[in-house]
Amino acid sequence: MRDAFTRAATGLLDDDPRTALVLADISAEAFAPAARRHPDRVLNVGIREQLMIGVSGGLALTGLRAIAHSYAPFLVDRAYEQIKLDLDHQGVGAVLVSIGGSYDAAAEGRTHMSPGDVALLDTAGPWTVHVPGHPDEVGPLLRAAAGHDDAVYLRLAARGNHSPHGDGVSGRLVTVRRGSGGAPVVVAVGPMLDATLDAVAGLDVTVAYTNTPRPFDVTGLRMLVDYVDPVVVLVEPYMAGTSSHLVGAALADRPHRLMSLGVGREDLHRYGSAADHDRWHGLDPAGLRGSVTRFVTG
Amino acid sequence: MPAFVASPVAAPHPPPTTTGSTAHPPTSTAGSATHPPTDTGYAALPPLLRRITGDEKHEPSANSTLDVLWVLYDRILRISPQTVDAVDRDRFLLSKGHGPAAYYAVLAAKGFIPDAWLDDLAGPDSPLGHHPDRLLVPGVEIGSGSLGHGLGLGVGMLLGLRAQGLTYQSSGADQAGGAGGVGRAGRVGGARVYVLVGDAELDEGSNHEAIAYAGSRQLAELTAIVVDNDSATHGWPGGLASRFSVNGWTTTIVDGRDHEALTDALTGHDGIRPHLVVARTPAKYAASEPGEYTTSGSKENGHA
Repeated sequence: MRDAFTRAATGLLDDDPRTALVLADISAEAFAPAARRHPDRVLNVGIREQLMIGVSGGLALTGLRAIAHSYAPFLVDRAYEQIKLDLDHQGVGAVLVSIGGSYDAAAEGRTHMSPGDVALLDTAGPWTVHVPGHPDEVGPLLRAAAGHDDAVYLRLAARGNHSPHGDGVSGRLVTVRRGSGGAPVVVAVGPMLDATLDAVAGLDVTVAYTNTPRPFDVTGLRMLVDYVDPVVVLVEPYMAGTSSHLVGAALADRPHRLMSLGVGREDLHRYGSAADHDRWHGLDPAGLRGSVTRFVTG
Repeated sequence: MPAFVASPVAAPHPPPTTTGSTAHPPTSTAGSATHPPTDTGYAALPPLLRRITGDEKHEPSANSTLDVLWVLYDRILRISPQTVDAVDRDRFLLSKGHGPAAYYAVLAAKGFIPDAWLDDLAGPDSPLGHHPDRLLVPGVEIGSGSLGHGLGLGVGMLLGLRAQGLTYQSSGADQAGGAGGVGRAGRVGGARVYVLVGDAELDEGSNHEAIAYAGSRQLAELTAIVVDNDSATHGWPGGLASRFSVNGWTTTIVDGRDHEALTDALTGHDGIRPHLVVARTPAKYAASEPGEYTTSGSKENGHA
């Protein structure tokens, strides 16, 4: 996905003089050719993430479309006040593109993890959040985001699904696997889809996919769930419960059951691989299957 | 959306008299460069300030930023109430958003906002609060108040203006200060960015990200103004200007009350490097000094 982003962003810089890329050393080498062609619009500020967002806000205030890119813990967590004030409060937007969300960089340790990025953006905003599940989904989402001035977060995962899904850039929930009428609905976000499909093999559930959890497709969810006895499982690649409040609000007019799966809040103080962390957080197929089975039969 | 929606209003004062390029349409230029000083306008400020603060006791000079703001809007900035949306206007960013009475008074004196706004500071429907909001006040470029945001935003604005050809790398022909190309051949461009920070505000590390980068990139169209009233708790051993000069800025230290010296300093950029003006004003926390207008006078509110 990082390569897909590099290609798409380089193409945008070539084609659209309104776009500008702001880097804080991360990925600077990949964008060196673009920087040579567009020295005024490829800006590497060094390891200065507060400045990266401040500069993005300043660019936006002059009418440019800023694309800022770094590791999620530095792009979002570290620069949170700049996101809140230099973008949101000024009434301007930017496209923030992260890598290293959650524990994609597990071997680097907790300092390089960001399970809370989407939850943080929920406290600002409103932000459109894209979490593509396949490299082919990245380019169209980035190009669409570059075409307007709203605030967009594009969260690129190191791993993904075997094939692209989703409804283009509409953000709508797409049914990938249909259970019987009124079956529980499992919503898989971005790269969680393949593990989710593995996990629910043989279970009577509907599986829906989105790569755009913000704005969450509440209308689509209401149409998918059983009217009398809605049962929803969220499977998200970031902090567990990040989208619970939206599902709760969407179904506030009727009794419903919701289970939110995702990355736990605890700092495990462990390295290992992303697959190890999947297992520790119950997000591998076996862990998901256990959680979903207990919930839908319980 | 707030109930109140600000919109540019009819100026209660005539726009400032200038002898520059007023023949150019405001959509393509931001006004003339380096206005001649006005003799009488400054006298309008005390009553305007009193309307904001209700303070009859202290002289306007109690506001550390008043003189530098006046000189900027009266002589330096290519911006007027008619050109607040001109793409190539000069940008002034009040990074230190605290104690904005002097800012509001100058904006009113120059016709950006109606005087009547000054009578309801921070009221429920007032566009003027204890920290300015760009979405509420015509002519205000950034909402500020949390310290250490203006320089980063200003650097980004300058880079955005450069990328669009609205400013250009000065070549020495620009040494008169902000003359740009507008006044010469009707050329669009020549915008400069001015950011005012407080000496205590420089405590925030985010400033130093911007100072180092601006110096490295030789952002020649950027001027930082530090109003220095000795309010930084740990001071700046070796002088605060050294934090800029070591990063490749030109620096000037002047009496923050001296309009001629401020004018010289604010037009003293060399066209190659970013420029710093340190405007020295009386120490804020000296026992005998009147306080700047604040909500409490306490540094714990982050006044800088």
